[in-house]
Amino acid sequence: MQADIETATTTALPQGHLVQHRFGDRAFKWLTLLMALAVFALIFLIGSELWRGSHLALRKFGWRFLFSKDWNPVSEQFGALPFIFGTLVSSLIALLIAVPVSIASAVFLTELAPKWLRQPLITFIELLAAVPSVILGLWGVFVMVPWLREHLYPGPVYGVSMLAGGIIIAIMIVPIITSVSREILRSVPGLQREAAYALGATRWEVTRIAVLSYAKKGLFGAVILGLGRALGETMAVTMVIGNRPEIAASLFAPGYTLASVVANEFTEATTDIYLNALFEIGLVLLGVTILVNAIARLLLRTFGGAGVKAQP
Amino acid sequence: MPNEETRSCIVLGSRLLQSSFRLLQSHMTAPNHNWRKFKNSFMQALTLACALFVIAPLGLVFYHLVKSGVGSVNWDFFTKLPKPVGEVGGGMANAIVGTFVLLGIAACVGVPVGVLGGVYLSEYGSSRLNGWIRFGADVLNGVPSIIWGMVVYALVVIPMKGFSAWAGGMVLGMMMIPFIMRTTEEVLQLVPNGYREAALALGIAQWRAIVQIVVRTALKGIITGVLLALARVSGETAPLLFTAFGNQFWAHKLTQPIAALPLQIFSYAISPYDDWHRQAWAGALVLLLLITAINVTVRVLTRDRIHKNP
Amino acid sequence: MNLIMPPEEEKIIPQTRAEPRIESREPKPDALASALDSRPSTPSIPALTVKNLSVYFGKNQVLKGVSLEVQARAVTAIIGPSGCGKSTFLRALNRMHELVPEARMTGEIRLFGEDIYAGGVEPVIVRRRVGMVFQKSNPFPTMSIADNVTVGLRLNGVRARATLVDRMEKSLRMAALWDEVKDRLHSPAINLSGGQQQRLCIARALAVQPEVLLMDEPASALDPLATAKIEDLILELKKDFTIVIVTHNMQQAARISDSTAFLYLGELIEFDATRKIFTNPARKQTEDYVTGRFG
Repeated sequence: MQADIETATTTALPQGHLVQHRFGDRAFKWLTLLMALAVFALIFLIGSELWRGSHLALRKFGWRFLFSKDWNPVSEQFGALPFIFGTLVSSLIALLIAVPVSIASAVFLTELAPKWLRQPLITFIELLAAVPSVILGLWGVFVMVPWLREHLYPGPVYGVSMLAGGIIIAIMIVPIITSVSREILRSVPGLQREAAYALGATRWEVTRIAVLSYAKKGLFGAVILGLGRALGETMAVTMVIGNRPEIAASLFAPGYTLASVVANEFTEATTDIYLNALFEIGLVLLGVTILVNAIARLLLRTFGGAGVKAQP
Repeated sequence: MPNEETRSCIVLGSRLLQSSFRLLQSHMTAPNHNWRKFKNSFMQALTLACALFVIAPLGLVFYHLVKSGVGSVNWDFFTKLPKPVGEVGGGMANAIVGTFVLLGIAACVGVPVGVLGGVYLSEYGSSRLNGWIRFGADVLNGVPSIIWGMVVYALVVIPMKGFSAWAGGMVLGMMMIPFIMRTTEEVLQLVPNGYREAALALGIAQWRAIVQIVVRTALKGIITGVLLALARVSGETAPLLFTAFGNQFWAHKLTQPIAALPLQIFSYAISPYDDWHRQAWAGALVLLLLITAINVTVRVLTRDRIHKNP
Repeated sequence: MNLIMPPEEEKIIPQTRAEPRIESREPKPDALASALDSRPSTPSIPALTVKNLSVYFGKNQVLKGVSLEVQARAVTAIIGPSGCGKSTFLRALNRMHELVPEARMTGEIRLFGEDIYAGGVEPVIVRRRVGMVFQKSNPFPTMSIADNVTVGLRLNGVRARATLVDRMEKSLRMAALWDEVKDRLHSPAINLSGGQQQRLCIARALAVQPEVLLMDEPASALDPLATAKIEDLILELKKDFTIVIVTHNMQQAARISDSTAFLYLGELIEFDATRKIFTNPARKQTEDYVTGRFG
C-alpha cells in the first residue's frame, strides 16, 4: 500500500498500475459475487436433493402420498397424512397458546411497561430464544410431561402427547413472535400516539386505538412467522409427542410430525423406498415451510401496515 | 376567501354548536372515567402477567438444569469418555471436544462465504440483485434444520460412504451462511461513506479499500455476527443426526463420525438408563453455559455501541 | 363546577353555573349533549394563566420562567425562531410534554383558575379539556372519517348513536369540512387530501368540546389555499373557543391573532396585543424579529 501511495503521488499513474488495480478490483468483486450467489446455489441444492432423493416414492405413490394414512415400512406402504395432521395440529395448539401471550407481552414491553422493567424482561426473552430445542425437549420429557400426566390428563395416559408437543412448540416460538411484534409496535409513528393522547386517552386506550389497529397487518405477519418456525420444530417435539403415526381424536394421545418422523427414522431406513419416502416427507415439509414464511415476509414488508397515503 | 356557502356553513355550525353547547364542565370527569382508569390498570396488569408467563419456562428450565445437572458436572464429565451401555459413570469429553471441532469446521465453511457474500451485498451489487439475494437468504433462514441435514446427507455422506465430522461441520456451516451474510451486510452499511471516499481519494484500489479499511472498521460487528451464528448452531441437533451421527469414542479422523453435545444429550435423554439421564442434564447445562458465554461475550463487545431504546 | 379534581372532591368555583350532577354512569343522550343552555358571556377570568413556567428535558432547560395570560375566546399566537421553545410551551399547556421521559416542569398553569398540575389532577382529564391539533395531520388510518371524529366522544363513554351522529355533524361543520365529506363519512380517513385531513383533525379535537384548543403550526404542511381555509376557520372558531396557536409565519400571526407572545431561546421577550407587537413593539429584539432581521 505504501508503494501504491508513493506511485500515486510522485508520478502520473502508469498504465500497468491502473490495470493492476482493475484486475484486483474485478477479481475481488467476482469473488464476493460468487459467495453471495451461494445463497441461490444452496436453495437450488436443497430443492434438487430433496427431489432426487424422493423420486422413487414420488413415482410409486404420487398424490396419494399426501392422503394415505398408512406408514408401514414392512409392507412398504407410505402415506404422510398422520404426519401432516400431527404437524398442523401441534402447530395450531402452539399458536393458540403462544400468540395471545406473545403479543400481550410485546404490548407490555413497548407501550405499558415502566422503564426500569423493560430491559430485564427483554433480556430474559432473548435468553429464552437462545435455548436450543434439545434442551427444552429434555426439560419437556423429564419435567413437563410427568407433570401433565399427573395434573392435567384424564385417566391413564402415556404423558407424551399431541398436547405436550403443542405446548413445547409454543414455548419455542414465543420469543420470535414477541420480538417481531415488538419491532412492529415500535414502528408505529409517534404522531399517531400523540393524536390519541391529545384527545385525553388513557395509556391503554392509546395502545388500543393508535397502535394496535395501525399495526394489525404486521402483527399478523409476526404470527405467520411464528407458524413457520413451529412447522419446522424438530427435537423438542420429538421428545414429547410420542411418535406414533396415528390420527387420534384426543389431544392426549401421542402424535407424530413431519419433522419428527424424519429425525427418528432416517438412520433406520433400510430400504431405498423407505428412504425415498422420508425424503418426500422432507419435501412436503420444505414446501409448506417456504410457503408460510413467504406469506409472513409479504405481510411484514410494509412493516406495520396501514400507511398514510400521501395526497396533494 | 371561502365562498358564501362555506361561510354560512361555518356560521350555521357554530350557532348550532353554541345552542346545544352543553359543557361537560358540569360533570368534568366523564361518567365512565373510573371505568377507564380501571381498564387501564387492568390491561397493564394483564399484559405484565403475560410477559411473566412468557419467561416462566426459562426460569423453570434453568432451575431444573441446575438442580439435576450441576451435581454431575464434575471433572469426570469433562475428561472421560462414555462408558459402555448400562454401566454407570463416564463423561462427555468426546462430545464437548466434538462440538468445538464441528464449530471450527462450520466456521471455516460459513465465515468466508458469509462475510464475502455480505461484502458483496453492501459494497457492490445492484439493488435488484441484492433484493433477490436477501430474499433468498430469508428463505434459507426459514428452512427447517432437519432438512439441511437431509440435504447434506445426500451431498456429502453418501459420496463419502459414511457419517463424518466433515459432513457435520459442513451442514452447520451452511446453516450459518445466510445469517452471517445479513449481519455482515448490516454492519458494513453502518460504516460511514466518508471512510470509503477518503481511501479511494488516496489512490488505494477499491478492493483494498474495502478489505483494509471498511471491513477492518466493521470487524467487531462482523465478529459478533459470527459469534451469534456459532451460538445458534452449537445447539442444533437435528442436522447432525445424519451427518456427524455421534460417536461413543474419540473421532481420530475427521472422516469418522463424531460426537457432539446436543447429539449426546438427545440420545442419552431418550435412552432407558437413569445414569445417562443424569448425564444428559449435565450435558445440557454445559451446552447452555457455552451458548450463554458466547452471547455474553457478544453483549460485552457491543456495549460501547449506541443502544437503541427498548 | 366539578372540574379536574376526582369526583370525591367537589370544589365549587364561583362565576359558573351550578349544574346538577349526573348520577348514573351511562349518560342519557339528553343529559350529555343537547341541553339548550345559552352561552355564558365571556368569562372574566383568563382561560389560561401561566406563571413562571420552566421546562427541563434532563439537564437542558428549554423554557425559562415564562408568564402570560391567555384570554378566553380569543386567539393567542406564539411566535419565535426555531428552537425557541414554542412547541414545548404549547405542550406544557395540556401536559403533553410529560410523554417525554426526562421532561420536568416548574411553575404554575391554571385553566380557568384551576391548577392543572396540582397533585391528583390527571393528565387524561386535562387533555380532554385542552385539545390539540398537530403540525402534521394524524388521523387514525384504520378508521373512517366518522369514526375519527367521534373517537374522543366514544372514549368518554358517549354511546348513544344519535348523540354521536349529531356531534359529528356539528364538529365537521365547525371545521368547514362537512360539505366535502358528508357523502363519504364511512370511507377511510386517509383518502382525504392533506388540507382535509388537517380539518378532520380539527373536527376530531372539537368534538370533545375542549375549552381551549392548542394548534401547533397547523398549516405549515399545507399549500396556501388550504392554509387560507384553516385561517378562516380559526377566525370563526374563536367566537366559541379559546385558541393558542404556534406559528413561524408572522403574517399568519398578524392576520388571525388577538394577542401575540414572542419567545426567544426559551424566554418570553414580549407579550402584547397583536397590533402593538407588529407595529410598535416595546423590545428591540421583538422588532428585529418581526421585521425579519433574524430568525
